[in-house]
Amino acid sequence: MYSEDRKFDIKLRPAEVDDLQKIIDLDTLVSGIEKKTYWEDRFDRLKSADSSHLIVAGSLDPKSPDEILGFIVGEVRAWEFGSRPCGWIFAIGVSPDYRVRGIGEKLFDAICESCKKDGANSIRTMIARRDQLNMSFFRAQGMMGGPFIELEKSLR
Amino acid sequence: MKLQKATQFGLYAVLELARDPSRQLSAIEIADKYGISSNHLAKVLRDLGRAGLVDAVRGAGGGYRFSSNSKRVTLMDVINIFEDIGSEASGTSDLGDGTDIGRALLVIRNEIDEITQATFGSITLDTLLKTMRWQRDVI
Repeated sequence: MYSEDRKFDIKLRPAEVDDLQKIIDLDTLVSGIEKKTYWEDRFDRLKSADSSHLIVAGSLDPKSPDEILGFIVGEVRAWEFGSRPCGWIFAIGVSPDYRVRGIGEKLFDAICESCKKDGANSIRTMIARRDQLNMSFFRAQGMMGGPFIELEKSLR
Repeated sequence: MKLQKATQFGLYAVLELARDPSRQLSAIEIADKYGISSNHLAKVLRDLGRAGLVDAVRGAGGGYRFSSNSKRVTLMDVINIFEDIGSEASGTSDLGDGTDIGRALLVIRNEIDEITQATFGSITLDTLLKTMRWQRDVI
């Protein structure tokens, strides 16, 4: 289902239970916030929803066979706010030591392929306006402003 | 939103040259393609040269060549050479800004400015050129 690319020593595969702590650690490193409960919920959802995907880029280096170099998580959601079935990317992370090697691009392509198989014709994400790194990454994959605008209100 | 003429010409020129960094084009060749004033474009190209985005190649058959990294330079970087978009709402104050309605309108203008800046700041020259190719392939 997923491709191997020996040039960069990575293997794309669906996340397994043993990957949970490694993904939590990598996400904490990349985002600066530990979200243990969130990732436990995501793993539970993988078991209950076929349209939910968590793909990891694993190392093919014999010295570190269990290392996770990157991850992407998302799922197909339908009819929220009138939206037709659409793939949603909730998070992406690549180890800072392995950036600019095309790993993020491969993860993005893999989740697009998975969501397409689940019936989605488009893929969507949400990014903080000041997060230039991720905004530039998603733009470089061909993503553009979509037909929805996110609105919010402080409840404090 | 409306960009100033110099900004628009600067974007045309830098993207046209970044499309093929090995190619040299004169101000007249670029101006003819976009139907714009070659005199005005020559001034714009000098500004782009000072900013390190293009190199002037002298002599017969000379012209301009893209000299930067299209994967690093964003549309915002080019725009900032010619104008300061968004500064109207965030920097200087207009008459009436201190009133309740003025302040409420300022919040909206700042929201629009932030989205504009985030959009231009996240699109590199390479991304725009790549997007054009994808759109062409779809058609």
